[in-house]
Amino acid sequence: MSQEPGLMPYLILGAMLFVCGLACLLTKRNAVGVLMGVELILNAANLNFLAFARYDARFALEGQIFALFVIVLAAAEAAIALAIFLNFYNNHTTIDVDSADDLKG
Amino acid sequence: MSLSTILFTLLASVVGFSAIAVVLTQNIVRACVWLLFTLGGLAGLYFLLGAEFVGATQLLIYVGGTMVLVVFGIMLTGSEAFGGLRVKPWERQLTIFVGAVLLVTLVNLLATSFGESAGRGPTRPPEALPTVSHLGTSLLGVREASPDTPNRTRLAYLLPFEIVSVHLLVVLIGAAYLARAKRRVTDTPTLSLTDQSPPRNLP
Repeated sequence: MSQEPGLMPYLILGAMLFVCGLACLLTKRNAVGVLMGVELILNAANLNFLAFARYDARFALEGQIFALFVIVLAAAEAAIALAIFLNFYNNHTTIDVDSADDLKG
Repeated sequence: MSLSTILFTLLASVVGFSAIAVVLTQNIVRACVWLLFTLGGLAGLYFLLGAEFVGATQLLIYVGGTMVLVVFGIMLTGSEAFGGLRVKPWERQLTIFVGAVLLVTLVNLLATSFGESAGRGPTRPPEALPTVSHLGTSLLGVREASPDTPNRTRLAYLLPFEIVSVHLLVVLIGAAYLARAKRRVTDTPTLSLTDQSPPRNLP
C-alpha cells in the first residue's frame, strides 16, 4: 500500500478550519457572514469525523453516518437561519447583527 | 511522495487558503465564492478519505443547495451589506489574538493526544471501508457483525434517521412560514373597494 498522509495533517487542517470559522463568526457584522462562519465550523467537525472514520477501524461506519447527519442538519439550519434573516431584514431594513438589540436591558 | 500525499497537499492548501480568504474579505459576495471553494475542496478531501458517498452528498447539498440559499439570502437582504459593514479595529485585533491562541492550543492538544499515532497509516485497506450499501442498511436499522466490533447491538441508526426526517419536515414548514410574503397591514379593504377605477373605454 502506498504511503498516505497520516491522521495528524487532517486534524491540523480541521483545527485551522475551526479557527477560521470562529474568526469569521466574530468579525462579520453581516448576519449571512456569521452563518458562513457556522458552516466552516461544521465542516471542520465533518473533516475530523471522516478522518477518524478512515484512520480508526472502530469508527469506520460511525464517522460517515455522523458526517451525513451533520450535513443534513447544517442544511436545515441554513434554511431556517436565512428565513430568520429575511424576517429581520423586513423588520429592521438592515442585516447588521449589531442592530439586533431589541431585547437589550 | 505518493499520489495521495500530493493530492492531500493540493486540496488542503486550496481549503486552507480559501477559508482564510472567507475570513479576511470584506465583500460578502466574495466571501460566499471563497466558501464555495472551501466546500468543494473539502468534498475532494472526503473522496480522498474514502468516503465517496459523503463527498458526493457534500457536493450536492452544500455546494449545490446551501450555497445557492446563501446567495439568495445575500441578494434578498439588500445591497448595503455587500461591503458596508465593518468591525472596529480593536475587535479585529482581538479576534486575531483569540484565533492564534486557540489554534496553538488546539495543535498542541492534538500533538499530545494523537502524536504517537501520527505516523501510522490507515488501519484498514480501502476495499474494507464501508460502502454505500453499508451506510444505507445501517440507516434502515440493520448492522452487520464485523470483526472489529463483535459485541455490539444489531440495532443501528433507524431512530436518528426517523428523527432527522421529521426534523427536515418541521424545518421545511417553519422556513416556509417564516419567509412567507406578508400582507401590508396598512392596506385596508375599504381602500381597495373604493379605489376601483372605472373601466376604461377601449377605443
